Amino acid sequence: MPEYAKFTEEMKKTHTILVPDMLPVHFKLLIAIFEEEGYKMELLRNDSRAVVDEGLKNVHNDACYPALLVIGQFMDALRSGKYDPDRTALLITQTGGGCRASNYIHLLRKAVDKNFPQVPVVSLNFSGLEKNSAFRITPKVFVELLYAVLYGDLLMTCYNKCRAYEVNKGEAAKCLTKWQNRLGNIFRKGSNLYLKTKKVYVDILNDFASIKLSGEKKIRVGIVGEIYVKYSPLANNHLEDFLISEGCEPVVPSLLEFVMYTAAATFNNAEIYDKKTKLSRLDKIAYKLIYAKQKELISIMKEHGVFEPPHDFEHLRSLADKYINQGVVMGEGWLIPAEMAALAKSGVENIICAQPFGCLPNHIVAKGMSRAIKQDNPNANIVAIDYDPGATKVNQENRIKLMLANARLN
Amino acid sequence: MERFSLGIDVGSTTVKTVITDSEGNIVYSKYQRHLSKVKETVTDQLKLIRSDYPDESFTVCITGSAGLGLANSAEIPFVQEVHAAFLAVKKKQPDADAVIELGGEDAKIIFLTGGVEQRMNGSCAGGTGAFIDQMSTLLGITADELDSLSLNARKVYPIASRCGVFAKSDIQPLLNQGARREDIAASIFQAVVDQTVSGLAQGRSIEGRVLFLGGPLFFLKGLRKAFVKTLGLDEENAVFPDEAPVFVAYGCSVYAAAAEDSYNIDEIIRKITEAKASDDIVTGDPLFNSQAEYDEFIDRHRKFDLGYADIRTYKGNAYLGIDAGSTTTKLVLITEDGRILYHHYSSNQGQPLDKIAGQIRCIYSEMNPDITIKGSAVTGYGEDLIRTGLSVDHGIVETVAHFKAAAYFCPDVDFIIDIGGQDIKCFKIKNKSIDSIMLNEACSSGCGSFIQTFAMALGYDIAEFSQMGLFAEHPVDLGSRCTVFMNSSVKQAQKDGASVEDISAGLSSSIIKNAIYKVIRAKSPDELGKNIVVQGGTFLNDAVLRSFEKELGRNVIRPAISGLMGAFGCALYAMENAGKGASKLISAEELAGFDYTSRSANCGGCTAHCQLNIISFGKGRRFISGNRCEKGGGAALKNKIPNLYEYKYDSIVNTVKTHQPRKYRGTVGLPLALGFYEQMPFWHMLFTTLGFRTVISDESSRDMYYLGQHTIPSDTVCYPAKIAHGHIENLLDKGVDFIFYPCMSYNLDEGESDNHFNCPVVAYYPELLLANNPRLNSGNFLHPYMDLNVKKNVVRVLSQTLKKYNIRGKIPAAVDAAYKALELYHADIASKAREIIDQARAEKRQIIVLAGRPYHIDKEINHGIHKLITSLGMAVITEDSISALAHTPKLGVLNQWTYHSRLYRAARYVTTQPDMQLVQLVSFGCGIDAVTGDEVRAILEKRGKLYTQLKIDEINNLGAAKIRLRSLVAAMQK
Repeated sequence: MPEYAKFTEEMKKTHTILVPDMLPVHFKLLIAIFEEEGYKMELLRNDSRAVVDEGLKNVHNDACYPALLVIGQFMDALRSGKYDPDRTALLITQTGGGCRASNYIHLLRKAVDKNFPQVPVVSLNFSGLEKNSAFRITPKVFVELLYAVLYGDLLMTCYNKCRAYEVNKGEAAKCLTKWQNRLGNIFRKGSNLYLKTKKVYVDILNDFASIKLSGEKKIRVGIVGEIYVKYSPLANNHLEDFLISEGCEPVVPSLLEFVMYTAAATFNNAEIYDKKTKLSRLDKIAYKLIYAKQKELISIMKEHGVFEPPHDFEHLRSLADKYINQGVVMGEGWLIPAEMAALAKSGVENIICAQPFGCLPNHIVAKGMSRAIKQDNPNANIVAIDYDPGATKVNQENRIKLMLANARLN
Repeated sequence: MERFSLGIDVGSTTVKTVITDSEGNIVYSKYQRHLSKVKETVTDQLKLIRSDYPDESFTVCITGSAGLGLANSAEIPFVQEVHAAFLAVKKKQPDADAVIELGGEDAKIIFLTGGVEQRMNGSCAGGTGAFIDQMSTLLGITADELDSLSLNARKVYPIASRCGVFAKSDIQPLLNQGARREDIAASIFQAVVDQTVSGLAQGRSIEGRVLFLGGPLFFLKGLRKAFVKTLGLDEENAVFPDEAPVFVAYGCSVYAAAAEDSYNIDEIIRKITEAKASDDIVTGDPLFNSQAEYDEFIDRHRKFDLGYADIRTYKGNAYLGIDAGSTTTKLVLITEDGRILYHHYSSNQGQPLDKIAGQIRCIYSEMNPDITIKGSAVTGYGEDLIRTGLSVDHGIVETVAHFKAAAYFCPDVDFIIDIGGQDIKCFKIKNKSIDSIMLNEACSSGCGSFIQTFAMALGYDIAEFSQMGLFAEHPVDLGSRCTVFMNSSVKQAQKDGASVEDISAGLSSSIIKNAIYKVIRAKSPDELGKNIVVQGGTFLNDAVLRSFEKELGRNVIRPAISGLMGAFGCALYAMENAGKGASKLISAEELAGFDYTSRSANCGGCTAHCQLNIISFGKGRRFISGNRCEKGGGAALKNKIPNLYEYKYDSIVNTVKTHQPRKYRGTVGLPLALGFYEQMPFWHMLFTTLGFRTVISDESSRDMYYLGQHTIPSDTVCYPAKIAHGHIENLLDKGVDFIFYPCMSYNLDEGESDNHFNCPVVAYYPELLLANNPRLNSGNFLHPYMDLNVKKNVVRVLSQTLKKYNIRGKIPAAVDAAYKALELYHADIASKAREIIDQARAEKRQIIVLAGRPYHIDKEINHGIHKLITSLGMAVITEDSISALAHTPKLGVLNQWTYHSRLYRAARYVTTQPDMQLVQLVSFGCGIDAVTGDEVRAILEKRGKLYTQLKIDEINNLGAAKIRLRSLVAAMQK
């Protein structure tokens, strides 16, 4: 097996790191943070059919759709001629865990190695994988990233709410861009302003609250699912835009929930399997710190009163216990049923579970749990939509339309 | 003036219009196939309406899967079709409890009582009207003829119900083996029913008064019958309304009635005609830019042809080659110097034997009496049947036949691709022998018959249809997935206004992309080779050939007899292997009285009870198919070839049977599924030591699968997981105190991998079982989480789980005994493997490592592939029996699953043993094997071994497996 190109210290200066289009709102902030650390980064926005074609060419077709898209997007970018392969690196997230997703980076390397062997791939992970790379997550970056998630979530929530109801089209988008730039600048300049969450939260909330909304009643549709397909418009065929065009309000649970789910998994596993270590104890402390930040955001949002705060994570955990053990930690694990239940309980009874076709954990946590959740919430209207290079938009949209017709009955 | 409501239902294959008056009565209705000309058909229907209702005012609404785009661009309201059906039912049949509607490409269920629920098939689920059309095409009859055949069925064969492609591969062998067409027809309908019940109802039972809607259910009596019987409905509760075909259009008009805006018919026609096609279809470049380019292309390919000789005047030796393909029959008779005397290519119409016998008759009647047929050979799906029935001299595997033929045209050939009716076969040639073989798996059959079915569905014959694509200006990009997806891609393209020409060209290019990127899995066209020969009937289609050349960026060789290459290769083989005398091929006299009868029976040779199909040709000659081993074939059992699969299975089952406590404190049920196929010795010993009686579920079978089918929530999960549902039902029926089925994120750490996870399905399937089987609860189903690598964890968790039995103190010792039992079991398997290897070596047999997962020893899951291997004279061992003999080689992926990690080590070990080959068993839907397959291949090929992968699912079609295994044998002999 070949030795893959490594990301070296010098490359920090010379190379541009390409970032896949996973979470459009959050990743802009992420890039700002790494730019402050001296990296050059660029968020990819290419989303033509060529992305899928490159994916099909370079990844085993039975590999899951997110891997296919992320890798396809990189290959398409590298082939576009826009980037000098001698001065380009690729960034990919790596979760580590029993799901296939842990292998994305290896599949990407295999693909890149064939055509652009000089292009290094760097891993964004918090599990200590890939130690020999000059791309490092320092504690400072770690903390900044956490704040970026908090801010990104808040922006996403406000934006989704406002754009579904805004009277003057485009106002919400303008507000979003403004805040992305402002927060990006704060991170990029290395300013500590980002720590002043209370002030920034309230400013954001006020700003979005000033957008004029129509008072009409719309069907609210929750989106849960596999992390990439759920958030990335490239993967889910612009699901949020489609829902808005159908006169609905998309309700997308926050990314922080996934972060906390990952943190909880480590100490939970230690307890379930009697494998407590120093690391799992540290992890629990980290979890508690993050939870405190979530509580702070929730209380500020509640006090402000205009936008709905995210689900309290401990509440999610207790909801999960009704359906599934928190030992289910591959993929999105117990988080999916917990989020579905939380959405249903909070009145968002129409739920789309967006998942890659043939997603292994989702057999269990999504389709496998729908029946139990519907039993407890008779009005819950859950539809699982599979995304795949061959699945057509018309098929997906038709099923969503059916779900919406159901919604209108209730 | 009275206000009418107009509902327009634009389905995937038909357009329906209904007009209701202000009181809601249907005053007009019409049903018509649109042959993909959606807009034209709708406009035509509206014009018909105009003659009756020239000035009336209408509220209007569109519904249907192909109607969405039209509605949007014409700015006419749209209602989702299932919802439209719901509205119609509410009005017309308010006392219905459930509705089943089958459309052209959709299947839907509406539950009305006990919580309204509307469902439709997911994106991977054929089994509908289009599926029935496809199957009729396969049989060469119309859907109506299929229907009348089905009414005279005597038996029903199991046919995969999940997806049209799977069903096809079940039906094909039945056809080729001569099963009665009546029975096949009924089996097709039963498959549709099973598909609907399992895929859609998913645990919710269909009861009460059931309403059946949609074209297929209205027109096909056999299908109706199958539904009524399977659901156990009486006449009163199975409702087939007269207006079924237009029911949804009626619902649509009900919806329209509530609209405010109304129009006269001319206004509606104008809206439809002026509707703009959307522009979000992706298109590619034309196949040919000019007639001149096309002419050059034709000239270039014309060069590769054979000479011809006149069968009536030629004198001398001749050789017959027969290719009994899955959908087509090919024959050639050649002279000593390779000229063609006679050739034939046609659809076998599901009756290959009759077809070929007829052709041989023709040859005999035309043939100059001075021709001696010196040799004959047959290949293809129907090989065995034809060889037995018509006394053909040789039977050879398809890959060998094709290679022979290709080498005749291009001695340096290094890559051959054959796209036939049902299969894509590709092989690389290295050192004048077949090096690696790639066949399309069950889910990617975008092959010849597919394009043909499409052509027919659009109202063209295949030649005309493919010709249309040659000069299409904007071929549509239709993706490169399986047929079902392709259907919806085409639907979307139609919706977006693509022309038939563009679709035709697009389909040709999809077939090619499917072959290159999905079957061959090439990263760049250069990987294929320099000297490429293409063959198979599908390549006679110029559009397909051109697409291939365009995608590769290089010219290839298409012999003029492209469709006959298999047969030609057979003829060459017959020539090379001809003896002194004449061929023993059936004579003209024998042919005159040629007749056969077929009947079916169940084999009683072993517990597998294979379903046999027996064809008798008179004089005691018979052909038996459907058997998995020699025994069923009627052969005397000679030297038994050792087979570790059987040993392992028996060993697991027998431990439990023979070793039980005399007095017991309770009965625990252990399902013989997934992880238990390895851990059974552990749990059995644990519970026995603790004084429990252990009961395991019975042997898997198709019936076992059906038993739990209604509790399966995800129809795309692997078959080993799906069958677990049946095992749970089986245990519940046995009356155990509780079922024990632990969840485990981690499997055993064998110290050779980066991590030691279970796959998500194996790890957590108990959670899904509990949530979806209403008979299970936290009392009778214990599924604690534990890690077998951490003994104190196992002890603690078991103490908690079994608290009510008050046996805490006994647990540590029992756990120790359990570990010991598991260790002994592993040691026993390893030593048995040693024994088998020694025996095989003594008998000079090749050894196949049939590498899968522990649960692949389940006979219903592996479909007896291990027996197929021993029937080819090779010994079989398992991956886990030898994985400890090698260390993990360097991998390009994360090695983090225990079961999969064994594959890498087993592969590494095989590379050190000259008489071993590895065959990987992959369950369909196993996403993890998408990662492992490529790695195992790399390990083997790097060190000069062959890689063979067999994909298995609920379908019981060993045909493809057989081709691969026989090709493997042929390659090994080189």
